[in-house]
Amino acid sequence: MSLIDLANPTRFLALTARLLPWLALVTVVLLAAGLYLSALAPDDYQQGATVKIMFIHVPNAWLSMFVWGVMSLASLGTLVWRHPLADVAAKAAAPIGASFTFLALLTGSLWGRPMWGTYWEWDARLTSVLILFLMYLGLMALWRAVEDPTRAARAAAVLTLVGAINLPIIKFSVDWWNTLHQPASVMRMGGPALDKSFLIPLLVMAIGFSFLFVTLHVAAMRNEILRRRVRSLQMMQARAYTGSAPASGATGPIVGAA
Amino acid sequence: MDLGPYTSFIATSYLAAALVVVLLIAWIAIDYRTQKARLRALEESGIVRRSGRAATDIQ
Repeated sequence: MSLIDLANPTRFLALTARLLPWLALVTVVLLAAGLYLSALAPDDYQQGATVKIMFIHVPNAWLSMFVWGVMSLASLGTLVWRHPLADVAAKAAAPIGASFTFLALLTGSLWGRPMWGTYWEWDARLTSVLILFLMYLGLMALWRAVEDPTRAARAAAVLTLVGAINLPIIKFSVDWWNTLHQPASVMRMGGPALDKSFLIPLLVMAIGFSFLFVTLHVAAMRNEILRRRVRSLQMMQARAYTGSAPASGATGPIVGAA
Repeated sequence: MDLGPYTSFIATSYLAAALVVVLLIAWIAIDYRTQKARLRALEESGIVRRSGRAATDIQ
C-alpha cells in the first residue's frame, strides 16, 4: 500500500483496524517500562524526590508543542493540497493536544510549589504555554461552532497556522527572557545536561507518551471519519424526506455517500 | 520508595496524568461505539452508501 492510498478514508480505516492493537501494545509496554525506571530513579541533589514529576511533566510539555506541529502540517494539507484526511487529522489531534498541555501545566505547577515556592508565575514560558492551552480550547470551540466540516476545516487551518507562531516563542522563551523556568536541559547545544539515571527514564517516558499520542490520534481519526459518514448519510436521509432526493423509489434503499 | 515531604505533590501529578489518560481513552472508545451505533441505525432504516458497502465496515 503506497502513501497516496491512505488518502482514501476506507483504506485508512482498514489500516487502523490492523495497526491499533499493535500501537496500543507498544504504548503499554513503553509506559510500564518508563514508570518502572522512574520509580527506580534516585532523588536529585537539589530537587529531591520531586524530580519524579519531571518524568511526566517534560514528555507532556514536549507533546503539547509536537501535537500543535502535527496540526500545523495537517492544516497545510487542508489549505494547500486539500488532502481528504488532513482536516480529519487536525480535528482529531486538538483534544489530545489540549489534554497534554493541561497535564504539562498542572504537573509543572505541582512541581513549582515545593521548588519555587509558588504554583504559578507569569513568566514567559508558563504564560506562552497557557496561551497554547487556550488556543487548543479555541480551536475545539471553532470546530464545534461551524456545522459544515469543510468550512470549519479551512477556518481552523488558518487559526492553527497563525497559532504556530507561538511554538518558537515557547521553545526560546527561556533564552529570550529572564524566566523563573529553567533553560533547556535535554534538547540543547552540547547534548543533554542530565545524568543517565534521569535521562533514560525521561526518554523512555517521552517515547511512551509519543506512542500514546499516535495510538489515540489514529483512534480519534477513525471516529471522525465515521462521524462524517453519519453526517453524510443523515443528509441523504433528510433530502429523501423533503423530496429532493435522487429518484431512488419510495421503497428502495436511499443511497448515501461512499 | 520513600518520597519524603513531597509525596502529595508527586502522587497528585501521577494520579492526574493517569486520570486524564483514562478519560481520553474512555472518550474515544465511547465515541467509537456511538458512531458505529448511529451508522448501524441509519443502515437499518434503508440508507446505503453509493459504493453499496456497509458504512460500519472498516476492515
